[in-house]
Amino acid sequence: MKNAMKLLLAGAALAALLAPANADDKPKAEVMTSWTSGGEAAALNIIRSEFEKRGGEWEDSSIAGFGAADAAFQNRIVAGDPPTAKQVVIGLDPAEFIKQGLMNPIDDVAAAGKWADVLPKTIYDFISHDGKVFLSPTGAHGESWMFYSKEAFEKAGIASEPKSWDEFFAAMDKLKAAGILPIAWGGQAWQETKVFNMILLSQAGIDGFLKIYVDKDTSPASMEAIKKTLTILGRMRAYVDEGAPGRNWNDATAMVITAKAGVQFMGDWAKGEFTVAGKVPGKDYGCMILPESEGMVFIADSFDYPKTGDASQDKAQKLLAEVVMDPEVQVAFSIKKGSIPMRTDVDKSQLDACSQKGLELMSAGKIVPDQAIILTPQQAGALADYVDAFWSNPSANVDEEVAKFPSIFQ
Amino acid sequence: MSRSYKRSFAVTTALLPTWIAVIVIYVGTMLWSIRLSFTDSTLFPSSNYVGLSQYAKLFATPKWWAALQNVAIFGVLYVLGCLVVGFLLAAALDRKIRFESVFRTIFLYPYAMSFVVTGLIWQWMMNPTFGIQASVRAFGWQDFSFDWVVNPNLAIYAVVIAGIWQGAGLVMVIALAGMRGIETEQWRAAQIDGVPACRIYLSIILPQLGPALAAAGMLLALGVIKTYDLIVAMTNGGPGYATEVPAKFIMDSLFQRQNLGLATAGATVLVLTVIAVVAPFRYAVHMRARRREGA
Repeated sequence: MKNAMKLLLAGAALAALLAPANADDKPKAEVMTSWTSGGEAAALNIIRSEFEKRGGEWEDSSIAGFGAADAAFQNRIVAGDPPTAKQVVIGLDPAEFIKQGLMNPIDDVAAAGKWADVLPKTIYDFISHDGKVFLSPTGAHGESWMFYSKEAFEKAGIASEPKSWDEFFAAMDKLKAAGILPIAWGGQAWQETKVFNMILLSQAGIDGFLKIYVDKDTSPASMEAIKKTLTILGRMRAYVDEGAPGRNWNDATAMVITAKAGVQFMGDWAKGEFTVAGKVPGKDYGCMILPESEGMVFIADSFDYPKTGDASQDKAQKLLAEVVMDPEVQVAFSIKKGSIPMRTDVDKSQLDACSQKGLELMSAGKIVPDQAIILTPQQAGALADYVDAFWSNPSANVDEEVAKFPSIFQ
Repeated sequence: MSRSYKRSFAVTTALLPTWIAVIVIYVGTMLWSIRLSFTDSTLFPSSNYVGLSQYAKLFATPKWWAALQNVAIFGVLYVLGCLVVGFLLAAALDRKIRFESVFRTIFLYPYAMSFVVTGLIWQWMMNPTFGIQASVRAFGWQDFSFDWVVNPNLAIYAVVIAGIWQGAGLVMVIALAGMRGIETEQWRAAQIDGVPACRIYLSIILPQLGPALAAAGMLLALGVIKTYDLIVAMTNGGPGYATEVPAKFIMDSLFQRQNLGLATAGATVLVLTVIAVVAPFRYAVHMRARRREGA
């Protein structure tokens, strides 16, 4: 009885001590993301719990669907009521907001954390605008992966990963002959565009790829690469099924998981689906960078920090930026999300085989950015239209289509 | 005099909020949008006027042309299809069949469903790998093919089917109400003359249903212009541009492509199209009403 009383008193005293601190000092952050699927939410939770451990208060405003979250964010910015932090893809997407002076720089956090030394230079350049750091990167996704079912490859008698496109199509023929659907195709414009970019990287090389997208180069060499890319892409039409149009990427992944289909071209987030199904990389399924590719296409997530005019939120923004770039958070987050940590100085051993491959390419600088990073949203949309129209028109003339390519950048 | 003035003052005051709402919210935002279509606005409105260049860009975009063409095909077939199917359903129910109210509920039920749900249902049914085609093939008819929704040349017609399924019930209810309003004497007279039932419907009933069907057609036509959710749920504009519609083009430009100028230009074109279609119609109705008054 006496003990219980003591405990109660002690508890009350403790509560009294903590209460005022609760009221004024806790930096409060309303965080807006589109990370709502199982793996994504678990990854976000890593950041959240560390943020709360360091004394922050977290309010989740996640909205399913990248486009929906963006639209909601846009509306709130225009209405003058932005959230404390918003998940964005690094590159030109958030650039417009920054140019309009709507975002808080996080220069001091970046300087204190020596971000310039621990991030690959390409990434550091993309998160800075006019010499100031505005974004805190969470992780990168390798996008030019080909996932394949080991079971399907075995059945079809394919001994090794194809090293060239000729070998690739020979393997696809073998799968077809064995009665297995060769390519699990997700017939949505964004997925098709990713495949286009993967092939383009394999045909143009890293320099050629950047020349086309960054310099908007239309020299004969660049156009030749586009032509080769479209030719390879066009050949793939013969290896997909009629259920492909409109198929979601995860439905396509399920076809590879169940060995109904041989391969899928997708970003490394597809690994999450394999993991949920209990499949192990290297044993049940393989991941390889596309044939003839010297590097990898990447896309990277980050947080940006709108100006809210509220000191408590400003504090929360700095704390969140710090948490996101914490080496341990970066690794734990990436394991859950299937991504690659942005920092190059983290402990690699916990990452799976695919992520390690990706991190190696990243550290070696053998990466090119996704179109969302280097093209304006309008241009990226035009590119998706272009690829989608080509793919869904089997009678399209490759030479005519090549001639149309430069119009994307207008 | 002063009393009627007072009354009209009270009425005006009561209506004022509505008028302000109409002018500011509807007309005001419309003018604002039209203004933006002459600027180079991207994510945020800008006041840098660029003349008609957004319109030039818009009409140089193959996807926009495809969208206009698709909405025209969809609009004509959807409205006509709903009217025909709805009228036939109403005629069938009008025959004093058993369980009429059950059938009426069943046929009207799709209309209570949102376009998103309609789109998803038909997307699944028409998907060649697990929908109708796969089922019929599983029953043994191996050559059966129903792949409209994934065929770029036929996908828009697949959307039309889904649309008619959803909208025909509304026409049925309106037509049925109209039919019930027709005196039974007309029926008896025609039957005495030995006119077959289908002829009665075509020559006697249908002409009298004109206003009811026109109203139903108008309701459906208004839905055509803003067709967005059905497309997004069913095909998302694909395969390729096969089912792209203007409303989706505008929404994509606005939110995904951060291109306010192009989006508002598209919206303006859409408004002008509606006015071009509706204005002569309204004018004809107005003239007819005046002629009737005069007569």
